[in-house]
Amino acid sequence: MQSSNAINYDYTVAKYFTVATIVLGIVGMSVGVIIAFQLAFPELNNLAGEYGNFGRLRPLHTDAVAFGFTVSGIMATWYYIGQRVLKVSMAESKFLMFIGKLQFWLYIVTVAAVVVSLIMGITTSKEYAEFEWPIDIAIVVVWVLWGISIFGLIGIRREKVLYISIWYYIATFLGIAMLYLFNNMEVPTYFVAGVGKWYHSVSMYAGSNDAMVQWWYGHNAVAFAFTVPIIAMIYYFLPKESGQPVFSYKLSLLSFWGLMFVYLWAGGHHLLYSTVPDWVQTMGSIFSVVLILPSWGSAINMLLTMKGEWGQLKENPLVKFYVLASTFYMLSTLEGPIQAIKSVNALAHFTDWIPGHVHDGTLGWVGFMIIGALFHMAPRMFKKEIFSKKLIESQFWLQTTGIVLYFSSMWIAGITQGMMWRATDQYGNLTYSFIDTVEVLHPYWTLRAVGGLFYLIGVFMWAYNMYKTATSSRAIEKEPQYASPMA
Amino acid sequence: MDMELIRTLQGWGYVSMIFILTIGLYAYIYHLYKSQKSGIKDYEKYANLALNDEIDDCLVEGLYSQDEKKINRSVKNELAE
Repeated sequence: MQSSNAINYDYTVAKYFTVATIVLGIVGMSVGVIIAFQLAFPELNNLAGEYGNFGRLRPLHTDAVAFGFTVSGIMATWYYIGQRVLKVSMAESKFLMFIGKLQFWLYIVTVAAVVVSLIMGITTSKEYAEFEWPIDIAIVVVWVLWGISIFGLIGIRREKVLYISIWYYIATFLGIAMLYLFNNMEVPTYFVAGVGKWYHSVSMYAGSNDAMVQWWYGHNAVAFAFTVPIIAMIYYFLPKESGQPVFSYKLSLLSFWGLMFVYLWAGGHHLLYSTVPDWVQTMGSIFSVVLILPSWGSAINMLLTMKGEWGQLKENPLVKFYVLASTFYMLSTLEGPIQAIKSVNALAHFTDWIPGHVHDGTLGWVGFMIIGALFHMAPRMFKKEIFSKKLIESQFWLQTTGIVLYFSSMWIAGITQGMMWRATDQYGNLTYSFIDTVEVLHPYWTLRAVGGLFYLIGVFMWAYNMYKTATSSRAIEKEPQYASPMA
Repeated sequence: MDMELIRTLQGWGYVSMIFILTIGLYAYIYHLYKSQKSGIKDYEKYANLALNDEIDDCLVEGLYSQDEKKINRSVKNELAE
C-alpha cells in the first residue's frame, strides 16, 4: 500500500483530549493548591461546609490529576503520535474516528460522575480507586474503546515496525486494564445483601489480602499512568523536537522489558512494617532498588540523545521542558528506591517526605512532559506558531521554582517529622507530642502551598498560551519538521 | 499439603523464576547486539520512525499487502529459475 499526498493526519480527537488535559489540569491542580493551604491553615476547611473540607477534596485532587490531567494527556498524545509513527491517518477509518469520539465523550461523562460523586462523599475509600462500581464499569468501557483504537490503528498501519513509543502505549493499555479490573473487584452491597444504596460496594478482598492487592494496584498506577506512557511521550517528543534520533534504540528496547518485569513486583514497599508477609515486604524493597536500572536506562538514553546538541537548551524552551522532565525522572526514580529500603522507610513512612517524592515525579516528570508535549503538538494541530516563546520561558522558570519549593520543603519537613516521631528520652518515653511536630512543620507546609501555587500559575500561563495559539497566532504555511515555531 | 512444603515450593519457585528471567534478559541483550553486529537487523534505524513521520515520508519498513507479497514471491521464483 502506498501513501497518498491527499491524506493528512486527522487530529480531531487529539484536540478534544488536549482541551480536556488543560481543563482537568486546572481543576486538579487548583484543588491541590487549596488542600495544601488547608493543611497549613486548617480554618480554610470550613469555607464550603462538608463539600470543601480536606477529606472530600483530597481524592478529587489525586483523581483529577492522575485520571483527568494525565490520562487525557496520554490520550491526546496517543491520538497524535499513534497516527504519525504508524503513518496512517484517523481520517482513513470512519470506524476508528467514531470509536475515538465515543471514547472521548464517554470519558467526559465518567469524569463528571467522578467529580460529583467524590464531592458528595460517595467513595469506596480505597486510595486512587475511590470510584463506586457503576463508574468502574464506565471506566472499563472507556478503556476497551481505547484498546480498539490502539489495535485498530495498528491494524491499518503502513509502517511495519512499531516505534518504541507504541510499545509503551500498548503496555499502558494492558497494565492498567489488568490492575484496574483486579483491584476493583467489589460486591454491590444492596444487590447482594440489601444493605446501603444501589451504588455502594465493598471490596471482594479482606484484610491483608486487600492491602496487598490495593498497593499492587496503587504502585503500579504510578507505573502505568505516571511512568510508562510518559516514557512513550519522551521517546517521541524529545527526538522530534530536537531533530536527534534516540541515542540507542537497543537500550530503549532493553529498558522496556526491564521496566515491565521489575515494576510489577515493587508495590510491597508501601506495606513495610505492616501485617503482610515479610517476604512480600523484602521483595518490594529489592525490586524497588533494582528498578533504578531500567528507569535510568530510559532517562540516560534521553539525555544522551542530546549529546553534542546541548546548545538547543538555550534556544528551545520545549527542549528545556523535556530535559528537565527526564532529570526529574532520574531524581524521583533514585529517591523512590532509597525510601523503599527498610531502614530508611522506618524513618520516612507516613511523613511529608512521601508526598515530596510523589510531587517531584508528578510535577517535574509527568507535568513537564505533558505540557511540553502539547506545546509541540499545538503548531501541527492548529497550523499556527506558538503564541509566545517568552511566556513559555517565564512559565518554565516559575514552575521549576515551584517544584523546588515543593520538594525541598517536604524533604526537610518529612525528615524532621520522622526524627521527632522516633525521638525518645533516656527512659524510652516519646520526646515530642504530635502537636509539637505540627508547630515545627507549619512553615514548611506554607512553603509547599506557595510552591504549588507557583506551579498552578504556570498551568494558567500554559492554558493561555495554548488558547492564543489556537485562536489568534500567526498561521504557518508548512509544518515544521523538528523545532516548533514560536513567536 | 502442609504449610512447610508450600513455603519450600514458593521459595524454590521464586529463586528459579529470578534465575530464568535473568538468563532471559541477558540472552535478549546478547541477541540485540549480536543481530546488530552481524547485520541481521539494524535496530538503530528504527529511531528514524519518530523523525521522518510525515504521512508521505519514506517507510522505514513498509507492510506489504497480500497481493504484493505474492508478486514479490513470483519475482523471486523467476529470478531463482
